[in-house]
Amino acid sequence: MLLDTPSRYELQQLTSELNALYAELIDDDRLEEWPELFVSDCVYTVISRENFERNMDSAAIYCDSRGMLVDRIVSLRKANIFPVHAYRHILGPTRMVSTTGALAKTQTNYAVLMTRTDGHTTIYNSGKYIDEIDLSGERPLFRSKIAVFDTNLIDTMMVRPI
Amino acid sequence: MTDTALPDENTSRTANGTGRRIPYRVFTDPEYHAREQEKIFQGEAWSFVALEAEVPEAGDFKSTFIGETPVIVTRAADGAVHVVVNRCAHRGALVCRELRGNRPNLECVYHQWAYDLAGNLIGVPFRRGLKGQGGMPGDFDMKQHGLKQLRVGIVGGLVFASFSQSVVPLNDFLGPLVVEHIERIMHKPIKVLGDQRQYVHGNWKLYAENTRDPYHASLLHLFHNTFGLYRSTQTGKALMDSEKRHSLLYSIAASNDDAADKQAYGDSRTFDTEFKLQDMSLLKGRQEFDDGITLVILAVFPNLVLQQIQNTLAVRQIVPKGQEAFELVWTHFGYADDDAEMQAIRRKQTNLIGPAGLISMEDGEAVEIVQNAIVGEQQATSFIAMGGGRAEDADHLVTEGAIVGFWDSYEKLVGFGTAR
Repeated sequence: MLLDTPSRYELQQLTSELNALYAELIDDDRLEEWPELFVSDCVYTVISRENFERNMDSAAIYCDSRGMLVDRIVSLRKANIFPVHAYRHILGPTRMVSTTGALAKTQTNYAVLMTRTDGHTTIYNSGKYIDEIDLSGERPLFRSKIAVFDTNLIDTMMVRPI
Repeated sequence: MTDTALPDENTSRTANGTGRRIPYRVFTDPEYHAREQEKIFQGEAWSFVALEAEVPEAGDFKSTFIGETPVIVTRAADGAVHVVVNRCAHRGALVCRELRGNRPNLECVYHQWAYDLAGNLIGVPFRRGLKGQGGMPGDFDMKQHGLKQLRVGIVGGLVFASFSQSVVPLNDFLGPLVVEHIERIMHKPIKVLGDQRQYVHGNWKLYAENTRDPYHASLLHLFHNTFGLYRSTQTGKALMDSEKRHSLLYSIAASNDDAADKQAYGDSRTFDTEFKLQDMSLLKGRQEFDDGITLVILAVFPNLVLQQIQNTLAVRQIVPKGQEAFELVWTHFGYADDDAEMQAIRRKQTNLIGPAGLISMEDGEAVEIVQNAIVGEQQATSFIAMGGGRAEDADHLVTEGAIVGFWDSYEKLVGFGTAR
């Protein structure tokens, strides 16, 4: 446990920092470190608002283990063919929705800008993170992260985590 | 605009060896684009618009497109499926502005003209005027002012529509091979699992080629090849209907020999024995079909792909957006009687397909690198000859015959010449 009786303020600090680091690792292309922000039996989902609000399963990305996160990154590096691009995440404040024991539920708005090699930057994906963050260990880790995206048309493809 | 397909003055079958040559301008020139809207999408073809399962109840509707024309698919009170143009008969406004929903009738927000679910006009506010003033002319006939109603055909729960009164019936347009393979996948009630939408910056016909191309599948897609989901060495076929409009590609995983494949693919980028997954559960599926077929790409002219890749089932609808882009709408489904394990398998394997699919994301890039390379090109052509360069069936997967079939059909409907 990070703190014996963390205050709401301290919890918000911890979870905001986790999200900031999450975005930084993706944007700086340190993708091999990105799965380390999740517990081993995590769930990571990138799903359209259209499907999420209809309670439909079909997700763009659905991983139910940290191994699958690693596999996504290894695939990106070694297997997949896609246009060269970089992301820039812009995060809104992380709001504490609830805490139960060492599990915090939070919500955070995000926008992901994409820059391709021609130099143009576009709004690639915007939405909200619905997270469950495990605070029982030495550092906070995502137990579950759902990126629910409003941007219903995925531009060309999606290879990098949102 | 002429009434028939324009003659092909630079024939696409010119010399320089056996093979089919397609002028790149068909992917970039707005003239072809306009002609396709007229001759294909509003012409002598049936276009896919929906799964019946998307509009299961009376009053359900879905808005979509045929070519670039907005249409509405509805389920009327009597259970019949209707397809109408999404454009008010009054002054042209979109009648339906949502993706989907349920309504007792269709009403335009602009002046509240109301239509029943078959598209018949049932209400015009102030039709008789107010206090004896205004109103529609005395000869105004409600029956003459409905939404434009299209012909509708349904095979295996797939709804198609056509603007043409003269096009052959849907079953004849598809042909027995396509009908058989639609019914193979749609053999019991389905459950829609959701949609994924992808915007590809390339001409829609590049995707029509891509989905008729068993040659690329193991060379572009490492996942297919390395994990043996699809290899050109597998038992499979590339077949067409008698008109060569449509294409059926299928293969049987595990029908190949790994050692021989290693030799066949040599040091190909996509045959990578070093590439391993930490979590192999992604590829653990179930055999669902007694025929052993594990991959089906059924490309139905002009705008549909029905697919089975492992345990993923989906329709992909192609919606052109100008000559240089298209939207690809993936609608994933399973069967209504899937048990919990099967639901979990489908959910996980969805990682293979769609815009973020470990396999299919790459086709978006394949389309775009062609579009980007042919900008402004007036003379140059592609060269399509793998397997012989003719629209012929193959009992192997080292062919581009179905791509030639597509272009033969295109030539009949649209032609390769220009009016200029």
